[in-house]
Parts: sequence; structure tokens; C-alpha cells
Amino acid sequence: MTIHSPTSTTDEILDVTDRTEAVNNGDASDLARTAPRGPVMETRDLNVFYGDFHAVHDVNLSFGRHEITALIGPSGCGKSTVLRSLNRMNDLVAGAKVQGSVTYHGEDIYGPKVDPITVRQHIGMVFQKPNPFPKSIYDNIAYGPRVTGMKVTDMDAVVEDALRGAALWDEVKDKLKSPAYGLSGGQQQRLCIARTIATRPDVILMDEPCSALDPIATARIEDLMSELKTEFTIIIVTHNMQQASRVSDRTAFFTARPDETTGNRTGLLVEFNRTQDIFEAPADPRTEAYITGRFG
Amino acid sequence: MNVAAVTASRATTQSLRTGGNKDRNVASLVFLCALWFSLFFGVAVLVVLIVDTAIAGAGRFDANLFTNYESTVRKGETGFRAGILGSLWLMMSTALLAIPLGIASAVYLEEFADSRAWYNKFVEVNLQNLAAVPSIIYGMLAAAIMTILGYTYQGIVLGGAIALALLILPVIIISTREALRAVPQEIRHGSLALGATVWQTTWRQVLPSAVPGIATGTILGLSRAIGEAAPLIMIGVATVRFDPAWLTDKVAALPVQIYNLASAPQEELQQAASAAIILLLLMILGMNALAILIRNKFQRNW
Repeated sequence: MTIHSPTSTTDEILDVTDRTEAVNNGDASDLARTAPRGPVMETRDLNVFYGDFHAVHDVNLSFGRHEITALIGPSGCGKSTVLRSLNRMNDLVAGAKVQGSVTYHGEDIYGPKVDPITVRQHIGMVFQKPNPFPKSIYDNIAYGPRVTGMKVTDMDAVVEDALRGAALWDEVKDKLKSPAYGLSGGQQQRLCIARTIATRPDVILMDEPCSALDPIATARIEDLMSELKTEFTIIIVTHNMQQASRVSDRTAFFTARPDETTGNRTGLLVEFNRTQDIFEAPADPRTEAYITGRFG
Repeated sequence: MNVAAVTASRATTQSLRTGGNKDRNVASLVFLCALWFSLFFGVAVLVVLIVDTAIAGAGRFDANLFTNYESTVRKGETGFRAGILGSLWLMMSTALLAIPLGIASAVYLEEFADSRAWYNKFVEVNLQNLAAVPSIIYGMLAAAIMTILGYTYQGIVLGGAIALALLILPVIIISTREALRAVPQEIRHGSLALGATVWQTTWRQVLPSAVPGIATGTILGLSRAIGEAAPLIMIGVATVRFDPAWLTDKVAALPVQIYNLASAPQEELQQAASAAIILLLLMILGMNALAILIRNKFQRNW
């Protein structure tokens, strides 16, 4: 096993405990002692295959409540694959297979009686490219609550709350009935975030949410993430290391290792720690090489 | 050699103003002429046919053509009332049969089917084959179905509709699949990530987005069906002298009537046939124009 389990000081553990005080007690994980107690989600020996291709090898992560966890690493290191396996979006890829476990509040989301639809209602997702529906701004937001059968007495209020939550309300309040495609790229992405929070998920997965946006729009989304974390648990995949260091509480660094016989690159987790430690005192030389720009 | 040196040597050895144009040598021009001729040939044949028909039929393109039934007694006033109404009945019932079946099949194949399963591959291959089957075969197939259904006389609205629906089903399925495929995957993923089911995603996101494409393909399919005579003759659609009022009524069809009259020895009847051809062409052009209109008006650039 090549996964590096970083050790941590007592101070850090205390710090973590402080931050997750309000969280119910979970089993302390041996695998990631730096991880928060009572994590919302955990992966244990997660392996993902696409057909014969081994995409991700033995990933052990835990995601703390009301924290932002960033998954970083070079292209092809499997970070997006890990993210998509957290709400079973990988099921949509033909031939995708998951081994190991992904638990949500201790429950395996790949368990035999688990409906992926229900999983996705709890664990929402924002994509790389803004993908609003070809409908009005209002209907984009109302769609989720409608299809998931949420008991809504006042849809207007739900829409307003979601748009306020995504810091978009002031910009669109006078044109709720106009098509979402008329919005700018950054506004569209905030609409997609609003659409996701309208269904009141617990966890929000973000797959490079700013990679299609300009720096100003990116800054707005980053501010938004910091606000959202008071209500949601956020897991973000990003190519942008500055972004990871700016917004996240914890960072997982992945890299890819070529298979000796086939040459296929399998992604693996190198280091998972508090963001500050990853960027200031990385424990693994590969992490250090990556964050200092010598690799990837 | 550094970049500056390369630039300098090219500038001194070759001027940009050579005076010629490599795109206008003899071979290129000959090839261009060949292309023009091919295009001209196709268009010319079509124009000659249409003009010839129009001249031949213009004299009979009058109210009688629409209001009178076919008459071999008053040849100069013979009409296509039964054929026109029959074709409209056939179109309507064909649409009712073929559109739901075609769209449902396409939705299954695109949104639900596991494309790696052998039975889906089998359907896939046969769908392509069906689109290439000669129309008369569909007439035979419809005749067989009508026999199973227990109709001894098959030249009725239902029989014609079954034949034409079978004929255009592959067209509708294929064009609907194209329209569904044009809906970006991101829309489906966006919907599924919110916790919508595949069914909700298809019904509320994918199908509405694909409606313009589906409508276009369906209308083009129907405009092919309205001009078909062979499968209708095959199941025994003949001339009638009354208006069809229900699916089990005997029916006439415009193309079949044209076929019968165009081969008649009397000049008046041939003239009437030409007039009816103008009408049929106008109907088909109208439907195609509608299809193009829908496509241009609602086409979405993702």
C-alpha cells in the first residue's frame, strides 16, 4: 500500500475536535487520524474501475461536517472519479464498477437496498461547465424540489431562498421568468449552485466549478463556498491549487501511477491532511513537488 | 538556424505577389464545371417535370378538382374529393399510429436501453434495415396484419394507416433518436444530480428539448407517406365515391387516384391527374416547409 498516512500533532487533533464539537460521535478512524470526528462521509479502500481499467486505487478519505474538502492533483489522477463515486454519478458511466465502501452517516451508499436517486437527493453536485436547464431561472430552481417530491407550500419563497443562498437574488430578482441561458457564465454557475441547494442536500460535490469562469466570477463562487459551508458540507475538485488553499479546510492530494504491465495510469491518494499542513508542511515529497510546481 | 534568419531567407527568395492563383488552374476549373453540371442536371430534370406537369394540369386546377368525386362519364369535371379526404384521413390515422410508437421506441433505445446488450444491438441493426425496405413490402405486411385482425376487405382507412405507419416508423424512430442525441449529456446529468429519476429526466428535460427535432422528423416522415401509392395499392385501396367517416370505411388516396388516372387513355383524365399531381406536390412542399420552419424557429444552439 502506497498511501501515506500522515501523522499529526496533538494540537491539530484538539483543533479538529473543537471544530466538530457539535457533531455526533463517530468511530475514530485509524486510517486518517487527522480527519474530523463523526465525518459526514467516508470512503474505505475505494477502488473504481471502468471496464478493465483501474481508475482509482484504495482511497481512504473522510469528510467533515461544515467543512470544505478539496481534492487536488494532476490530470488523470482520479480525483473527479472519486468525487463522482460519492453520489453515484459514476453509475451513469457504462462499465463503471466500485469496490470498497462509501459511507454517508455510516451507511454504505452502494449497499444493496440503496436507491442512487435518494443518494443524490442527499448529496448534490455542481458540474464543471454550468449546465442550466433550457427553462426560466425560476423553473431551474423549482425543478429539483418538484421532482424530488419535496413538500413545498410556497415555491416562490424556496426559489428566493435558494437564489439568495447562491448570492444571485439581487441580480435576477426582476427577471425570474426569463431564460437561464441569458445569464453570464458565472451567473449560470451560481444558478446551478442555487438549483442544488434548493433541494436541501446535506453534502454538495463540486467538480472544478470555476474552471470555465473568469477570475471575478471565480472569486464570487469562492466567497459563496465559504458562506455555504455554514450550512452544507462541501467537497470540491479543483485544478487550481491557490483555490484549494484559499477555500478548503482539508486537502487530499492525488497522483497517478502507471501500471507496470499495461501502462494504464491508476489514481491514488498520496496525502490527506489539513489544508494548511498540506501547503505549508507536506509530509510526502510528491505532494511537495506538486504544490511547489515542480510536477504536474 | 534562428527564426529571424528563416524569415529573412523566405522573404528574399519568394514574393507573395506571384500574379497567379493556385486555385484557378485548369484541373480545378474542369472539376468545378463537373460539379456545376451535376447540380444543374438534377435541378433541370426537376424543373422540367414540374413545369410540364403544371402546364398539363393548370387547365383543370379548379374547384371541381376539390369538390367532385371521380367520374368517367363527365371526364372534364372529374375530381379528387375522395382522394383528398382519404389522404387526410390516412395521414391523421398514420400519425396517431406511428408517432407514439416511434417516439416511444426511440426514447427506449436512447435513454433506457443498454446499448451493449445483444438484443438492443439486434434491434439497432434491423432498424437501419427497415428504413431501406421497399414500400411495397410494407403493403404486404399490412395486408397480413389486416388478415390477422379479421378484415377480408383491406382497402380501408385502418389498413392504409397500418401500411403507412409501418413505412414511416423507422424514419420517425431514427430522426427522434437524432433529436434526443442532440440534447447535451450535461442536461441529463444536471437533472439526475438533483435526485430526479431517469424517467423524470427524460419526460421533463430531454423530451421537451427534443420536440422541435422530433416534430421536424415526423413531418418529413408523414410527407413521405402522403405521396406513397405502392403499399396502398398492395392492400387494395381503390377509388371510392363517398367521404370516409371512420377507420373501417373504404378509402381512396390521392396518389393511388393519380396513378389510376394517369394511366387512363382519355386525355381529360390524364389532365386531371396532372392537376392532382400539382396539388400533391403543393401538399408535400407545404409539409416540408412547415418542418423547416419548425426547425429554424425552435432550433437551439447548446
